[in-house]
Amino acid sequence: MTIGAEVPRDRAKRLLSGRGRYVDDINLPRMLHLALVRSPHAHARIGAIDRADALALPGIVAVLTAADLETAVSSWRAAHKLFPGMAAPEQSALARDVVRWQGEAVAAVLGESRAVAEDGAERVSVDWRELPAVMDANQALAPEAAVLHGDMANNLAFAAEITAGDAEAAFRAAAHVAEEHFRFHRHSGVSLEPRGIIAEFEPGESRLTVHQSHQTPHQQQDLYARLLGLPEHKVRVICPDVGGAFGLKHHLMADELVACAAARLLCRPVKYIADRLESFLSDVHCRDHEVHARMAFSPTGEILALQVDDLFNAGAYGQYPRSSIAEGNQIIRLTGAPYRHANYQANLRMAFLNKSILGHIRSVGHPIACAVAERLIDLGASRLGLDPIAVRRRNYLNEADFPTTSVGGVEFENLSFTACLDKALEIIDVAQFRQEQAELRTRNVHRGIGVATFVELTAIGPEYYGEGGQHISAQETCLLRLEASGAVRCYTGATDQGQGIDTGIQQVVAGVLGVPLSEVEVISGDSALCPMGGGSWGSRGAALAGEAALRAAATLRQNILAIAASLLQKNATELTIEQGMVVDIATTYAHMAVSEISRIGHFQPYSIPGDVTADLTVVERYATRGRLFLAGNGVQIAIVEVDVDTGIVRPLRHLVVHDCGRILNPLLVREQIRGGAVQGIGAALYEELRYDPAGQLLTGSFADYLVPMAGEMPDIEVAHIETPTETSVLGAKGAGEAGTAGAVGAILNAVNDAISPFAASIAEVPITPARLLRALGRF
Amino acid sequence: MSSKSRRITLTVNGEAVARDVPVRLNLVDFLRHDLGFTGSHVGCEQGACGACTVVLDDQTVRGCLVLAVQADGCVVQTIEGAGNGDNGLMAELQAMFHLLNALQCGFCTPGMLLSAHELLQANPLPSREEIRDYLSGNFCRCTGYQAIVDAVAAVSRARREAPAA
Amino acid sequence: MKAPDFDYERPADLPGALDLLARHGAEASLIAGGQSLLTLLNFRLAAPELLIDIGRLAALKQLVETDRHIEIGGLLRHCDLAASPLIARALPLLHQAIGHIAHPAVRHRGTIGGSLAMADPAAELAACCLALDGQFSLLSTRGQRWVAAGDFFQGIYATALAPDEILTAVRLPKGEPGGISIFDEVARRRGDFALAGLAFAATPQAGGLKGVRLALLGVADRPILARDTMALLESGPLNQARVEQAAARIVGEVDPPEDPAYPPAYRRHLVGVLLRRTLQRVLMAFSA
Repeated sequence: MTIGAEVPRDRAKRLLSGRGRYVDDINLPRMLHLALVRSPHAHARIGAIDRADALALPGIVAVLTAADLETAVSSWRAAHKLFPGMAAPEQSALARDVVRWQGEAVAAVLGESRAVAEDGAERVSVDWRELPAVMDANQALAPEAAVLHGDMANNLAFAAEITAGDAEAAFRAAAHVAEEHFRFHRHSGVSLEPRGIIAEFEPGESRLTVHQSHQTPHQQQDLYARLLGLPEHKVRVICPDVGGAFGLKHHLMADELVACAAARLLCRPVKYIADRLESFLSDVHCRDHEVHARMAFSPTGEILALQVDDLFNAGAYGQYPRSSIAEGNQIIRLTGAPYRHANYQANLRMAFLNKSILGHIRSVGHPIACAVAERLIDLGASRLGLDPIAVRRRNYLNEADFPTTSVGGVEFENLSFTACLDKALEIIDVAQFRQEQAELRTRNVHRGIGVATFVELTAIGPEYYGEGGQHISAQETCLLRLEASGAVRCYTGATDQGQGIDTGIQQVVAGVLGVPLSEVEVISGDSALCPMGGGSWGSRGAALAGEAALRAAATLRQNILAIAASLLQKNATELTIEQGMVVDIATTYAHMAVSEISRIGHFQPYSIPGDVTADLTVVERYATRGRLFLAGNGVQIAIVEVDVDTGIVRPLRHLVVHDCGRILNPLLVREQIRGGAVQGIGAALYEELRYDPAGQLLTGSFADYLVPMAGEMPDIEVAHIETPTETSVLGAKGAGEAGTAGAVGAILNAVNDAISPFAASIAEVPITPARLLRALGRF
Repeated sequence: MSSKSRRITLTVNGEAVARDVPVRLNLVDFLRHDLGFTGSHVGCEQGACGACTVVLDDQTVRGCLVLAVQADGCVVQTIEGAGNGDNGLMAELQAMFHLLNALQCGFCTPGMLLSAHELLQANPLPSREEIRDYLSGNFCRCTGYQAIVDAVAAVSRARREAPAA
Repeated sequence: MKAPDFDYERPADLPGALDLLARHGAEASLIAGGQSLLTLLNFRLAAPELLIDIGRLAALKQLVETDRHIEIGGLLRHCDLAASPLIARALPLLHQAIGHIAHPAVRHRGTIGGSLAMADPAAELAACCLALDGQFSLLSTRGQRWVAAGDFFQGIYATALAPDEILTAVRLPKGEPGGISIFDEVARRRGDFALAGLAFAATPQAGGLKGVRLALLGVADRPILARDTMALLESGPLNQARVEQAAARIVGEVDPPEDPAYPPAYRRHLVGVLLRRTLQRVLMAFSA
């Protein structure tokens, strides 16, 4: 069976030989290069903009400001109707009167090369009137704070509350209450290939063609058409090879919209490739939460209640088109989700402040929700003198509980916490570790172990954005074309940024159809060619696009067999397709090749009886119904060594046991999970976008923003439990968030376990050496 | 254009090349946009990420931290031309990366391959630790590095067990 | 970001380079390996009118051993030094330090002269040269002068180099037979600039140390000598008590600059940790 096999990716061979084609590899005739004049201030009023010096420079073609774009492109508001009352201030492609974060663009310089465009940008002078910067949610929500947006009374973007049971009463009755104040600092997706676009406008046909490093071509097609006032069918968005995305590239980015508007105004192709500094300044950021949480326990470690207060440091605006709410919303909905507890109280306050926009990056909210609950469990267990693993086990939602809706309001179909934990404990011998740990401590070597149980929301359903009012497709469509040769072309709305969904879909189609893998080619990433779909984000590819492909392949198979049956004068139910041959089920006799049917179907259609109308091009679609998400789950265990003199933490071993439902290709899932775990370890130990109090970004390069490298990362073991979703035939749930979702919690617990002999604890990530030594009271 | 230019001649992937280049143009931009060797990528322009790694006179360098004019008279190899006369080493690395899925988006891959290639030429039997160390200047955001380390180790083992002719 | 525009000359020989430098001085920048300069240019943090490429001047690529010294040409690269048996034998401190510098592809281009002239306060080689009391040859059309490492580094990215001078060579005294050299640093990741580091050289003498040299990197605006601690370590036998005393002394001797991510107190603490670890290694060597 092709589905479930370890199949290497076709596309990888091209990438390995250096023949990938990323946006910056493409150059078009008379193409201009865009450089942006960015605000040096976090918050300032824009006075006069003087572009004369720039325009005087040879090679500079145009300098555009917000006023110049007024007629070319509309502004937008990141509203979401499922969150009524959420503030959605107006944003424009170039800042109009006020800049609200350091790096927000105010002018576009178009030149014959990027270097020349930058020369021009340096020569644009702007009369800035600085305004007070608001850099922290506590400060932003204080009564005397400067307000970012004139049409808002204060900086509170949104507030929400969830109440279930009677948390206060449960806390009063508890044997022990674990309480912690957490800080999760801001970081980002940091794809190695920065954002990039080439926009080309053909005035005769009024046609915009865009090549963009992006996850969602159809969404961009719709947005560019609406914001630029073009008919949608005159806009084509092509996503060529994409050098990493991680959620970073499924948003509308103002910079890229400027490139489109400039291409339209100047009628020349415009290329914009963000450099690394621009990426750190103006990419979508993530996290940046301050969470105060309490968990109430019975004497035997039963979780009685949970209370979560999330203060969400959002950016200067909501992220368009999804808005920024999801990260906070996931935190208050998912914290403690693996556990059975009846009394829950959660608050969320989301504040606008003078930092880059915060949006959806891999594993939105999950790492925080996971880390908060997992740390509280360790704290509670330690205080009660109980084994933290046993406390988890006794509180897990288990088979008998499913399906269930969590106190946070999330529907869970069938999760496998206990099975994942059992498997994890088969792989890591905790008792043996404890022995080694004790022995090493006598030699001043401090190791710790941390367990984290996580839920992973995947495959978002159509209601979330459908009811939200956004044009974001949660439905996937698959078009299959049986070519004359008998090979199959598969067009999907999902996109492949290297995670390998093209290969997964190829396996599904080949497997269901009964043809060799090599006979199926998947085509994705082109809004004009591919059927409407949502692209790839939120671990939706396998679950949704995979199911659409399965359905399309089943239909095509049926059609092929119908034709074969009529030609062979047999009943279609007597036939099957194996290895590209139509085979008699009873005798296993191979009657004819699929290619023969294809040849007849395309060139000798008169040979097929007229009452058989079996198409050789088929389309099927799939969306979940009535559920906002599917859910996977898993357990991570981290073992770290803490140098208590320097504060350096070294991950030694990391395990992820994961249940993503049906696995299409374990080879791809494994490294996807490892990559996610390394991003989570990065968040736990290294990655942080720091600003000074005036709003200047202090981490604008790879020298200051540390990413995890091969030298510091451990080998990461991956094991699977497979509990297929019953909402689809295929049964896949999705696997992109898992690694990231649990790693922060596992590392945080492991570090705290390591330093437990010093009666110290830390609840701030990333766990930098200085923070850790401060927690240890070493300086 | 305002840039000052110089004529340079060099050998790129085995072919002699002569071009006028702005002196401020760096080597990786020259290779990518003037010569069309787009296999080397630009990730940070400060020598930190390793995406722009190319081989200059038989040693890996950061293509963003070398000016094209500094490569005048030199021999340059990019991923497109790598593996000449290496007894099949690069081809084996590429095949093993493919087999073990040691890449996802592929943006870091050419640089990663050139670094791994250099390591195995100097040290045919590196430990996993030595592999991680040697590759620790090449950022990969997609994989967990492990498949990459596995692939390099597997090629090393295979060559020990069955040395290429 | 792309580098700003500049002009470029590649003089054929050292006199040609000196002549260009004499004429253009402050408007010009020398480029050798370019591993620091091109980073600055790519971020538009430097805007020289002219780059003078001295990278191919054979005269600056000599490695010479005399009776008492090793003279290292300014253009020798980190990888040249790492691979040199002479350096490994005669300057083990330098040999150890090079392993901490960046990554292979950077070591293939970066030069010792370039690193010293850049004067990054966290640079490994600068601290080693200070610890070894190195002398730098500064050459211009006006002539040659030798400047001691201690006088050369004058602040963050600031040195004694005049605008018309080239750092042509570094002269370092060979280690004494039986001498101890230890380089150590704390960095977040392999190849990163150190949060703090230490270059230590001494000669054992009757249960104690003489000729103690102790240079620190990453804790001031330039590499510094921990003179009080050096004196303390020469003042009697080395034992656990003196190790603790020295660790306490050195913490009081440094005054790291403000840094939001790494507070001065943290770096001070690290210096103490590094020294304690270094001296423990010395004690182990004593007892071996």
